[in-house]
Amino acid sequence: MPTNILMPALSPTMEQGKLAKWLKKEGDTIKSGDVLAEIETDKATMEVEAVDEGTLAKILIPDGTDNVAVNTPIAVIAGEGEDASATASAAPAPSPTTAASTAPSQGDGAAHQDKGGEKPEAVAKKGSDAPLPPAEASASAVAPEIPEGTVMATMTVRDALRDAMAEEMRRDDRVFIIGEEVAEYQGAYKVTQGLLQEFGPKRVVDTPITEHGFAGLGVGAAMAGLRPIVEFMTFNFAMQAIDHIINSAAKTLYMSGGQMDNAVVFRGPNGAAARVAAQHSQDYSSWYSNVPGLKVVAPYTAADFKGLLKSAIRDPNPIVFLENEILYGQQFEVPRLDDFVVPIGKARIARAGRDVTLVAWSIGMTYAIKAADELAKEGIEAEIIDLRTIRPMDVPAIVRSVQKTHRCVTVEEGWPQSGVGAEIAAKVMSEAFDYLDAPVIRITGKDVPMPYAANLEKLALPNVKEVVGAAKAVMYRN
Amino acid sequence: MAVAPASRAKSEPQAPEKPEARQEKKTNGAGKAPAVPTFSKEQELAAYRDMLLIRRFEEKAGQMYGMGLIGGFCHLYIGQEAVVVGVRMASKEDDQVITGYRDHGHMLACGMDPKGVMAELTGRRGGYSKGKGGSMHMFSKEKHFYGGHGIVGAQVSLGTGLAFANYYRGNQAVSLTYFGDGASNQGQVYESFNMAELWKLPVVYIIENNRYAMGTSVTRSSALTDFSKRGDSFNIPGEQVDGMDVRAVKAAAEKAIQWCRDGKGPYILEMQTYRYRGHSMSDPAKYRSKEEVQKMREEHDPIEQVRARLLKSGQSSEDELKQIDGKIRAVVAEAAEFATHDPEPDPSELWTDIYR
Repeated sequence: MPTNILMPALSPTMEQGKLAKWLKKEGDTIKSGDVLAEIETDKATMEVEAVDEGTLAKILIPDGTDNVAVNTPIAVIAGEGEDASATASAAPAPSPTTAASTAPSQGDGAAHQDKGGEKPEAVAKKGSDAPLPPAEASASAVAPEIPEGTVMATMTVRDALRDAMAEEMRRDDRVFIIGEEVAEYQGAYKVTQGLLQEFGPKRVVDTPITEHGFAGLGVGAAMAGLRPIVEFMTFNFAMQAIDHIINSAAKTLYMSGGQMDNAVVFRGPNGAAARVAAQHSQDYSSWYSNVPGLKVVAPYTAADFKGLLKSAIRDPNPIVFLENEILYGQQFEVPRLDDFVVPIGKARIARAGRDVTLVAWSIGMTYAIKAADELAKEGIEAEIIDLRTIRPMDVPAIVRSVQKTHRCVTVEEGWPQSGVGAEIAAKVMSEAFDYLDAPVIRITGKDVPMPYAANLEKLALPNVKEVVGAAKAVMYRN
Repeated sequence: MAVAPASRAKSEPQAPEKPEARQEKKTNGAGKAPAVPTFSKEQELAAYRDMLLIRRFEEKAGQMYGMGLIGGFCHLYIGQEAVVVGVRMASKEDDQVITGYRDHGHMLACGMDPKGVMAELTGRRGGYSKGKGGSMHMFSKEKHFYGGHGIVGAQVSLGTGLAFANYYRGNQAVSLTYFGDGASNQGQVYESFNMAELWKLPVVYIIENNRYAMGTSVTRSSALTDFSKRGDSFNIPGEQVDGMDVRAVKAAAEKAIQWCRDGKGPYILEMQTYRYRGHSMSDPAKYRSKEEVQKMREEHDPIEQVRARLLKSGQSSEDELKQIDGKIRAVVAEAAEFATHDPEPDPSELWTDIYR
């Protein structure tokens, strides 16, 4: 019986790729383990190995085809004694199909390694002797950073991040990037592609697998006046380095009475990718947002990733810059400007509406946007606030929206207890209580370690239906 | 670090071993302790003065702690003075210094103002960190002192980062990264060793082996108690140094610093030293015998050694040394006076220096 070879998924988040080259031709005898073809993703070139034995009966997708979706049949293998020419015509038959296994010549990042100041609440004003912090200027929720008439370019988040780093490295020779696979490998997720070639090995530094050590080294270099970008292959691994992020970076300005700057950016993918299970799927937004002295940035669009990373690199404070693997390949419009920066600490109204406020950031925005589309079909106009920065949080932007809609739903992939949504709910309660017509509802990841099984993983993450349901619930609609 | 000495450990009341002539691992005599040099009168007097300042300052700090003027944790450097003073004599102004929480001696050796240090200990606005850091968290950009770190071993990665900055800028400065025998068992120390040797970073790792990691003796905590060999698997040369002899410290530090300035990478110095006081003010030090401490004080005290040499050689007199002593007492008294009467930070300081 002929067997279809399917376009393999070469990373947890890959949805399509380019069939770069066939290394076998029709009629060739195939043995298990033979390299059949080369496939390019936006991250890497990988080899596809045969699992089955037989004859390569028919190539269904020719060399050089772009955007071949995962699981598309790319070739047919005829078994022993089968007529190759006869089976060729039967290629698309719904016969047993096997995805080709892959032999990554270099490992994929995620799969490879086994291994704004909080101010006192209103109650504190009465109950504590602590002096009050200086009042903060009210934030603007409308993004003023793109001038009218600016030409836009379509770009992935990945390229936007790379461009941001390259531009800042050209601008300031104190800026360098350090981390695992950032240089010769061109980035485990290809975010640092081309940087080694332009800036050389002194400014694009490959480290051993040594998170605690290189995070500390980065902070030390920042104390000495350099501006390191410390890349964690994922923020899951930064847990080994969290002492330096918090104790050495976040607290030092305060502990030194204002003497010791720490202009370091810790960046990398945060949160769940796809099917990488509990240890590689944690959202750290609320962890870092708990810490005075840190700024925590978590954008959604490529333009914001670019503009905010540039701001983060220039900022004299330690920044935790949370990216998301699933967003890396997504395309957005990015303004073509010589020096496009987005201010840290300012939310953006991603969609205006009068009925209910959805507050989201990073990957959470994908649920909010789809939910708003669904709600629109039922005549409900949701306003989406893209928070962009978790700390310092643009509370005035949320409050202004809630004053208009009187209803609020938060959306995040992180866990519920002490999550960012819990903080937003508390803020809305203390600062806009009289405007609320319903309790704030939090849509979060479920309170479980991330499961591996596809169905369970889906259940553990938030979904659009939950967001739609919550929006209707705060509006008291069925 | 909380202090709760549990069991009475076996104490080893012997003097620090004399540095052995170790096998050369690298060229140019790396890993082999240089001969103990003779100091000129000026060098002896300078060492005497600098060590005595630390001794008197720390005694005063201990006293003020007892009076409740200093709070929290307070780790005294008494007994270990020759280490920072000897290294300071071998280093240059631009070389950076970073250490753990037993840091008062390092700051004074860097030339930081005793008044500012003491006022930080008492939590006053004239302290180096405006009273917001305390004993374990002080810095001076001007004097190239990078802390003062309260997490055991953290300064090793940070100090390696200071060295990285020197390498990045291509300057001639060397990072002098101090840590103890206790910190030597932290994982990040070895992560740092690996990167430092890989990239040939100019850092001297100065391990102050005072024989007790809080209450646990090195023999109870370390599988390999020769700390100079801790860089062996990274090919980092190291040597053991009599850390009670300021001359031996200076000679070893000169060699190690030169090694770094020559672009050959990191170097390890195990300073065999001893602290007379407990780990912190709240440590009764029941894990060692009084006799052990007494023997060290009588036979190996770093300050007494210099004093005896100065008097024996006739380079100085009791009178001259007494005068020096008097001047130092005055400096320390002035620091204590300032730290006692300087006001606490303004309440508004609660909200400053969180973000730049």
